[in-house]
Amino acid sequence: MTKYITVIGLEVHAELKTKSKAFCSCSTEFGGTPNTHVCPVCLGMPGALPSLNKQVVEFAIRVGLALNCEIKPYNKFDRKNYFYPDLSKNYQISQFDKPICEHGHIDINLDGVEKRIGITRIHMEEDAGKLNHSGASISTSDSSSVDYNRAGVPLIEIVSEPDMRSAEEARAYLENLKAILEYTDVCDCKMQEGSLRCDANISIMPEGATEFGTRAEIKNLNSFRALVRAIEYEVERQKEVIEKGGKVVQETRTWDDANGKTLSMRSKEEAHDYRYFAEPDLVPVDLDEAWIERVRAELPELPAQRQARLMEQFGLPKYDASIIVASKAMAEYFDEAVKNAQDAKGVSNWLLGDVSAYLNNEGISISEFKVSPAHLAELVNLTKEGVLSSKLAKKVFAEMLKEDKAPKALVKELGLEQVSDEGAIMKLVEETIAENPQSVIDFKAGKDRAIGFLVGQIMKKSKGKANPGMVQKMLKEKMQ
Amino acid sequence: MKLYELTAHELHDKLVNKELSSVELTNALYARIDEVEAKVNAYVTLDKENALLQAAKVDAKIAAGEKLPVLAGIPGGIKDNISTLGLRTTCSSKMLSNFIPVYDAHVIEKLRADETIFLGKTNMDEFAMGSATTSSYFGATHNPWNLDCVPGGSSGGSAAAIAAGEAIWTLGSDTGGSIRQPASYNGCVGIKPTYGRVSRYGCVAFASSLDQIGPITKDVTDAAIVLNTICGKDEHDATSLNVEVPDFTKALVQDVKGLRIGLPKEYFGEGIDPKVKAEIEKAVKKYQELGAEIVEISLPHTEYAVVTYYIIAPAEASANLARFDGVRYGYRNMEAKSAPEMVTMSRTEGFGAEVRRRIMLGTYVLSSGYYDAYYNKAMQIRTLIRRDFEEAFQKCDVILTPTSPVVAYPIDGKMDPLQIYMLDVTTIPVNMAGLPGISIPCGFVDGMPVGMQLIGKILDEETILRAAYTFEQATEYHKVFAPLGGNNND
Repeated sequence: MTKYITVIGLEVHAELKTKSKAFCSCSTEFGGTPNTHVCPVCLGMPGALPSLNKQVVEFAIRVGLALNCEIKPYNKFDRKNYFYPDLSKNYQISQFDKPICEHGHIDINLDGVEKRIGITRIHMEEDAGKLNHSGASISTSDSSSVDYNRAGVPLIEIVSEPDMRSAEEARAYLENLKAILEYTDVCDCKMQEGSLRCDANISIMPEGATEFGTRAEIKNLNSFRALVRAIEYEVERQKEVIEKGGKVVQETRTWDDANGKTLSMRSKEEAHDYRYFAEPDLVPVDLDEAWIERVRAELPELPAQRQARLMEQFGLPKYDASIIVASKAMAEYFDEAVKNAQDAKGVSNWLLGDVSAYLNNEGISISEFKVSPAHLAELVNLTKEGVLSSKLAKKVFAEMLKEDKAPKALVKELGLEQVSDEGAIMKLVEETIAENPQSVIDFKAGKDRAIGFLVGQIMKKSKGKANPGMVQKMLKEKMQ
Repeated sequence: MKLYELTAHELHDKLVNKELSSVELTNALYARIDEVEAKVNAYVTLDKENALLQAAKVDAKIAAGEKLPVLAGIPGGIKDNISTLGLRTTCSSKMLSNFIPVYDAHVIEKLRADETIFLGKTNMDEFAMGSATTSSYFGATHNPWNLDCVPGGSSGGSAAAIAAGEAIWTLGSDTGGSIRQPASYNGCVGIKPTYGRVSRYGCVAFASSLDQIGPITKDVTDAAIVLNTICGKDEHDATSLNVEVPDFTKALVQDVKGLRIGLPKEYFGEGIDPKVKAEIEKAVKKYQELGAEIVEISLPHTEYAVVTYYIIAPAEASANLARFDGVRYGYRNMEAKSAPEMVTMSRTEGFGAEVRRRIMLGTYVLSSGYYDAYYNKAMQIRTLIRRDFEEAFQKCDVILTPTSPVVAYPIDGKMDPLQIYMLDVTTIPVNMAGLPGISIPCGFVDGMPVGMQLIGKILDEETILRAAYTFEQATEYHKVFAPLGGNNND
């Protein structure tokens, strides 16, 4: 059977979190009563003209630099013409042949293997409004209403090279890109709310082929899971088409998440002719070098740099560091917690273990996590100091999830302090030896298992609070 | 002399000297409108109630001894493609026949700040596409010099209103000659400022890279006065220029001694009416007498200007007019069964034939496969036309041409669109190069006014104003009033 190589390129739209829209001063705030964040400009009233929000340009430069792009000092806007009721002017102001950024890259790491994914371009454009249909779609509805609150909200579109060869590579690329957009503080990256959107261009070719196969563009990928599933489905679909002697057609398909399928939207023949031409209402963007250099100088620490720092400064393993930095909020939480913690790896263990498990379970992000970094640090310290066994630490953690109290206070409240008092432990040891003469005989006969049993009995008596190390040591001494 | 025959600067003196109130003046203008409007049809919408309220406010301020701008209390008309808050703005189209704007154009804000009076909105070719004001949904405007003739266009209503005494000053817009040509056909002064001098914010776009608002007035002084108010950088228009605006009335001096006036040979060749040419030659002689130096120049790419324009302007228009889809405002077909059908039917029914023709032209030239052959090529020729002027201005300070190769022609509709397009050859290159151009009266042919165009360097309105003023003060053409002869057979 022929082996196929998968070729994937991603087009990612990121909504920029500027205060005002790209070409007018309306608020970009999400939600709001329909058509309240609007003005003649974003409503496309006759005679209204766009004027460029400089913050949009600054954000685009920032992302461009973070993605290792060339920033083009001369770039310009174009009109992308198509009719749709959510588009108030029936053209979108976008950038066509002279985008602001070109030739960048992201390095991804899968199972220890580094790979560089090229970025073709980044361009600035405006979002459209939102249609609400009385029925399922525009063609099956009696009426549709339009909310232009989103119309004119700035977007950047980041187009990758077709450098990815698997769904996992695509996922890693998107995760890295998302982290960079978070670190540069330009986008809130909420895929469900649509502030980060992804389209995938997918094709397959027989192993050894020099030319890419015909690609399908998959839209409506609203989560990492959807991206991976859609790619896996689409690759199989294309294989099947080819195996059956057919040809993959160039088309736009949409991901149907509920049914786990991609469905054809329109073929190449039905594709829009956007009739791009230079937007005459805006002058070309002429960036001065000083602006670009200022943005470069002000660039925040990026995920790769942060990962290196966590490894060097705190001795974290690469795996730990890479997971912590993948989310800006997680990395910030770590940095905050580690300030007060005696054991950085301990903090990392908590974050990657119980904390992540809890967040996943609750379906929330770390920014919504109730336990403060200082309290998590205290918990780590209590374990390090031997005040809490790891088992009891979990118990305290469970309490902290209910209410973000200081672990020290909780330990007291719950009476969970580890008993390290020699007299008290000796009392338990003597009691247990008296109650289990056979085990003592077994121990003396060289059966090591007996000691485990006796320790267990003592821990049980102490309700888990006895310092296990001391119990073991004192038990052995007593029975010698 | 009747009040409506006076200029803004003359009337301003009367207002401040309390010889006259703004309410009296405004009422006099409405009386004149009542008298002649049925024949001329210069207006689409009148706003008497608000105009009189504003006039009363100005009178109160004058009574209180406040110092007011020249245009305060002086009634004017606004071309109906300029957005006026709360006052219907139709672009003379069925598409916007019931459209009430929610905001004022930048120029309207400035004029309001000057306490001026808006009598109403003037008629035009639908969406400013035309040069005869015959494509208006509200009927054609008639030339007050001969009601059987066109007033030119697309700002035909604005020019005819001045000629007929239905306004003291008006605003027009000029994409390929739409201020200068009707000014010429109606014996008025009309100036298209440098592209970017006046904010386009609120001027319903036809071709964004060519459109420019400007005044139509009875004399050069009034043109300078209106310019003083409307020019200047506007943050809402990215293409408006951030340059200092001079006091244009300071340029009004009678002096052309040593001024080098260029005559482009391409504008005097085939196609020009010999009688018009003779009037222009008389004007040239006058300038020589006044001390100007005449130099022959060449603008070699002139012959490509019209075809280039009819690619670029419709291309931009096809996008600019896409927003008229019946979704948010304007005409909507209510019988349509689906959203796409609603858009198609609303546009088919809401736009007139000329507008539809240009949208189709523009859509075609931007289509993939044709873009390079048409639009791209046209943009290159546009650059060549601009360079023609740059080179010509090495040899001269202003360029003098006929504003139109002909005088106003009969309204009978015997000209086909292509013939009419070709007549704009004298005005279009000025828009393509973004230069300022003024048309002033310089003679008559068979009783119809002839206009002469003076073209200036970028941002050099002052020199063409000075040249125009000097000629005007040495001649009497601007003092002749339109007889309202002929018939309006509508």
